[in-house]
Formats: sequence, C-alpha cells, structure tokens
Amino acid sequence: MTDSDESRDLEARLRKWEAGTVQDALKAMPERRKEFVTTSSRPVKRLYTSLDLRNKTFKERLGEPGEFPFTRGIHPTMYRGRLWTMRMFAGYGSAEDTNKRFKYLISHGETGLSVAFDMPTLYGYDTDASEAKGEFGTCGVAVSSLDDMEVLFRGIDVGKISTSMTINAPADVIWAMYLGMAERQGVPLTELRGTIQNDILKEYEAQKEWIFPPEASMRLVVDTFEFGAREVPQWNTISISGYHIREAGATAGQELAFTLANGMEYVRWGIDRGLKVDSFAQRLSFFFNAHNDLFEEIAKYRAARRIWAREMRDTFGAKNPRSWLLRTHAQTAGVSLTAQQPEVNIVRTTLQALAAVLGGAQSLHTNSYDEAYQVPNEKAVRIALRTQQILAHESGVTNTIDPLGGSYYLEALTDELEEEAYRYFDRIQDLGGVIAAIRKGFIQQEIANSAYRYQREIEDKERIIVGVNDFVVDEQPEVEPLRVTQASLKAQTDRLARVRRIRDKKKWQTSMDRLRKACDDPDANTMPLILEAVRARATLGEICDVMREAFGVWEEPLLY
Amino acid sequence: MAKKIRVLMAKPGLDGHDRGVKVIARALRDAGMEVIYTGLRQSPEDIVEAAIQEDVDAIGLSCLSGAHMALFPDVVKLLKKRHAGDIVVAGGGIIPEEDIPKLKKAGVKAVFGPGTSLRDIVAFFQKAGSAKGA
Repeated sequence: MTDSDESRDLEARLRKWEAGTVQDALKAMPERRKEFVTTSSRPVKRLYTSLDLRNKTFKERLGEPGEFPFTRGIHPTMYRGRLWTMRMFAGYGSAEDTNKRFKYLISHGETGLSVAFDMPTLYGYDTDASEAKGEFGTCGVAVSSLDDMEVLFRGIDVGKISTSMTINAPADVIWAMYLGMAERQGVPLTELRGTIQNDILKEYEAQKEWIFPPEASMRLVVDTFEFGAREVPQWNTISISGYHIREAGATAGQELAFTLANGMEYVRWGIDRGLKVDSFAQRLSFFFNAHNDLFEEIAKYRAARRIWAREMRDTFGAKNPRSWLLRTHAQTAGVSLTAQQPEVNIVRTTLQALAAVLGGAQSLHTNSYDEAYQVPNEKAVRIALRTQQILAHESGVTNTIDPLGGSYYLEALTDELEEEAYRYFDRIQDLGGVIAAIRKGFIQQEIANSAYRYQREIEDKERIIVGVNDFVVDEQPEVEPLRVTQASLKAQTDRLARVRRIRDKKKWQTSMDRLRKACDDPDANTMPLILEAVRARATLGEICDVMREAFGVWEEPLLY
Repeated sequence: MAKKIRVLMAKPGLDGHDRGVKVIARALRDAGMEVIYTGLRQSPEDIVEAAIQEDVDAIGLSCLSGAHMALFPDVVKLLKKRHAGDIVVAGGGIIPEEDIPKLKKAGVKAVFGPGTSLRDIVAFFQKAGSAKGA
C-alpha cells in the first residue's frame, strides 16, 4: 500500500468511526462542551491522526536532536548529557538581603543565579530619587552603584556561576556594574558567563519598563552586542523575551510571533551596524513563558526552535550552526497564580515546569506559591526549587529526548503555531516593521485584546480557574509575609550617600562628560564609556540622566 | 437620559504592570461608562489634576509593585485639598490583607485583589457614580 492509499483508507475509517461509534456515544452522552479550546482559545479537535501531518515530512520538520531545524532539541543528547540550569529569579530589599537569598538558593542546589531588580532600578533611578518613593526593594533588589553590586555578589565567585539579570532600559549600566564588580573580584571578563535581558522591544510591547525612545534604545542594545562579542565573549548580551508578552495577556501564538519578530529585528540592527551575523548571533538567547496548557506550550518551544533556525540560516545567512540555535530560559506563568487557595499554585507550577522540560528549555525558573501576594518567602521558594529537582531526578521525563515528538496532536499544534507566527510576521512587515507596529500600538492592542477575552472567558465561566470561579472555598489564606524593612532602606541610602561623598569628583565629572559626548556621536559605542563612569562611581540615576538628556524619553500610545 | 458615569483609571508610581488596569478600563467602558486612562508612571499630583480636569466621578488606582501605601492615600489627600473630596477612590493590585483597613481608613473606598470578578468592580463604580451624580 502506498502512503496515499493508506491515507485514503484512514480517512474512510475515521468517517465511519465519526458516523457510527462517535455518534452513538454522543447520543448516550454529549460532550462536556460545544467547543474545546486551549488556554489561548485555540480550537482543539476530538482526535488527531496521521492525516493532520499530511504533506509534511518528519525529516524536514523535525530533524534529529542537535541538527537543523532543531525541533526536537538543540543538543544531541539533551538532558541525558546535562540537565537544564535551575535558575531562580530572586531579589528584594537591599543588596545585603538579596545576597543572603542567593546563598540560601545555592545551598539548596540551584545552579545559576537570576537577579530581580526593583522598580526604580529598572527605570534608571537611584533609590533616593523622588520618583522612587515607596518602591524601594518591593519587586526586586535596589542597585544604584557599583558598591551595591559588590555587596550583592559578596562571597559568590562569579567566575564559577552564571548570572542572569532581568534589566532592560538601563541594561548597559547594570551590566557595566557587574563587569566592574567582577574586575574587583579579580575575575577576567572573558571568563564571565551570564545574561542581561536587554530586550527593549518587548518593554514597549508588554513589560513597560522603557526609558528612551526605540531608536536610541536599539542603538544601546547593539552597542552591547558589539562590546560583548569583543570583550565578554561568553556573555549572552540579550534574552529575547516572550515571557512578559504572555504575562501581559498574549496567547501562545502571539508570544511566539512577537518574540521572534523582535529577535529578527535585533539581528537586522546588528547587521545594519556592520556586524557579521555570526559574530553576535551565538550570544542571542531567548526566554519563554510556560503556561497552563501542557501541549500548546511544548509545541510553542518546538516551533520557536524551528522558525529561528530557518530564519537565521536562510534569511540572515548565518553560516555557523551555533548561530541557528534558539537557546531558551523558561519561567512558569506568574499570571496563572491565584491568591485563592495559594498552595494549589504548587500544582500549577509543576505542570507548567513539565511543559518547559518537555519543550526542551535550557534553564528554568519555577514560581513560588505565594507570589500572587508578594516576593516569595524562603519556604515557598524552596518548594519551587524542589519542584524542578523532582522533575529532573524523579519523574523520568529526562531519560529520553523530546519524549512527545511524533504525537499527532503535538506535531499538529507545532505546525499551527508556526503558521500563526508567520501570519503575524507578515502583518508586522505590512505595518513597516516592529518599531512602526509599536508606534501604531498594534502589538500592544493585540495583547490587550487577548487579555480582555481571557478575562471575559473567566467571567462567563467558559474557562474554569480552580479556586477562583469554581471549587471556591471561604477561607483566609495563610501566607507568611515578607516585608522590606526600613533598616534595609537605610543601609541602601547610607551607602549611596557615602559613594557620592567619597568618590573622586574630577574623575567622576570627566567620565560623565565623555559619556555625554559618546551619546551624541552616533558612531561611538557607549559601552566602554558607561563602564568608565561606573568605575568612577557614577550612580545608575546619574548615568541614566545623562542619557535621558541626550536621547529623550519615550511616550507610549495610550490604549486599552 | 442619565449622565454617563466618568471614571479615571490610573497607574501611580513606577509600576508597569498594566494588564489589569486595561482589562478593567475596558469592562467599565463596555458597561457604558466614560473611561479615561492616564497611562503609566503618574504621580498622585498628575492623577488628581487629570481627575479634576476630566470632571470624573471616581478614580481607580492600580498598583502591583507594592508602593500602594505610599501613593494611594496621597491621592485622597490631594483630592480633599483641591476641594474634590467627593470623587470616589478605589484601588487594586497586589495588596496585602493587612494593608486594606489602613487604606480604607485613609479614604480609599474599596480595594480589589487578584481574582476579583469584573462584575463586582463594575457594580462598585456604577454605585459610586450614581451616588455622586445624585
């Protein structure tokens, strides 16, 4: 029998099954819903078969693990060789508070660090700025100077552990502080491993921690690509992030599409600077959400790898296979956590983390059950880390590569998500590219529309969220509170005052003047000048003020 | 025909989490209210100025960063100072249970936490708007 004979035979059998067996069953008991959909409201069929994969060859679409197009994973042995990096996003209060949390996490077996900064730091303000009122240390750690960074990593050998930093608009300044801190620890820059998020496009689209207008920000990003390739070769100078796009309300397909569209925009800007694509492409990394819908999420990771490999090789002409790899961090969906019956969040996080692992992520953060309330307490964060350790060591899912590959449903979903991404790429191109689409508010509106639809589905009980709109109990949840103390605030502002008092004023002024000149010169790379300013003990706020003056400040289109 | 209820939805402080505020803005609009959204990074002064300029019946403040205790009461205080104390103020976001009585004492009429139904929020603003209009 040929393939097409087999297909015809299967089609006939399925028709018979639908008309007979299924109809009889439906008469006896109708299905629970008229339409079944994923978390992203994507319709799901009753059954998937080989017919859903028709005209698509596995060889081209899957490849072998570690080979183009990397659908099944970027490494030839995946987790049989090395487990993912267990990297818990952490930060609150002062540098001292967070340093203590880092050491706690390392002592419990985490294998990489990940820094959460507070709101003022994310927006390039010092802790004592008027704009920072009430925001110190609540969402992350405050870092205003090189001295803070030194305290943050005191007693941690940054030559041995990799560090990821969620910092965007002022990423270059915070990175310079990390490099300055490493220099003072005596670790050569060439040995440093880590990541700065540095993905400004998704800030305009979703996370909203922007400072400067898009063009100036993109220039700063490319400055870090160029500087990193030369001076800090093992550092990931960007983490192109779908996570926040998803948290803001996007569907899985939108997360995939907007993230990869942003990624390609960075590649274009790098090439336009005159950089060879292979000189920086290997330092581009990614960051995706791991949400509730197990199969849809796994499919998203697989589709992402396939699209990126194809675009890097065929559209951008990257020759080095390492430039084709989509290496990704994953984090479980913060937005899925409920304030009601918070312990149940442990189960949600477990399933989401499973999706990231079955999706082949390179590193993972698991949320803590109390995060609908606060920055997590120690017990909650330990359980979250243990969740990853159970997946790694007890569940058995790491024993083979891409264990769900070949599932009719999963492969069909992977294809569908890929097609959806390309439809969005076309729409964005029609609007004039990513930055034009942001200026027009297109991407922001698409995300807001999805967020609203999702909430309506919950309101109308078309979507059940356990403990929120069904299976509700009347109880006051007990969550041990974690509060930032006044003592931490004082430690931070005292250190900041001391830095300003004792630094060499002349050196500081010279570095600020030189930085301003570099900002005004479009051919200059700002990164070495920022590093010089950081070494001269210029603070984050001071450096960002120079840049605010040079570049102006972004004003976003208002929409909802 | 009754006058449309006017609501200012505002994001005080540096917090950039705007998913919730936008969803609620849209729900209020769909319920027939006039909604003005301030956008991000508004100081209490900015918010009060906008509320008076726009002649709103109520303000919805959204903050998920933990700065609510520093910012929400200031909005109420400034409204009173500007003789606009009749504008109803409600807040929402990641707000610990123990802060809710303090915010209410400071004049914030209602505090909505995660998982609150849109119906409840819409009902609150409908009541607040018609009470003020009367």
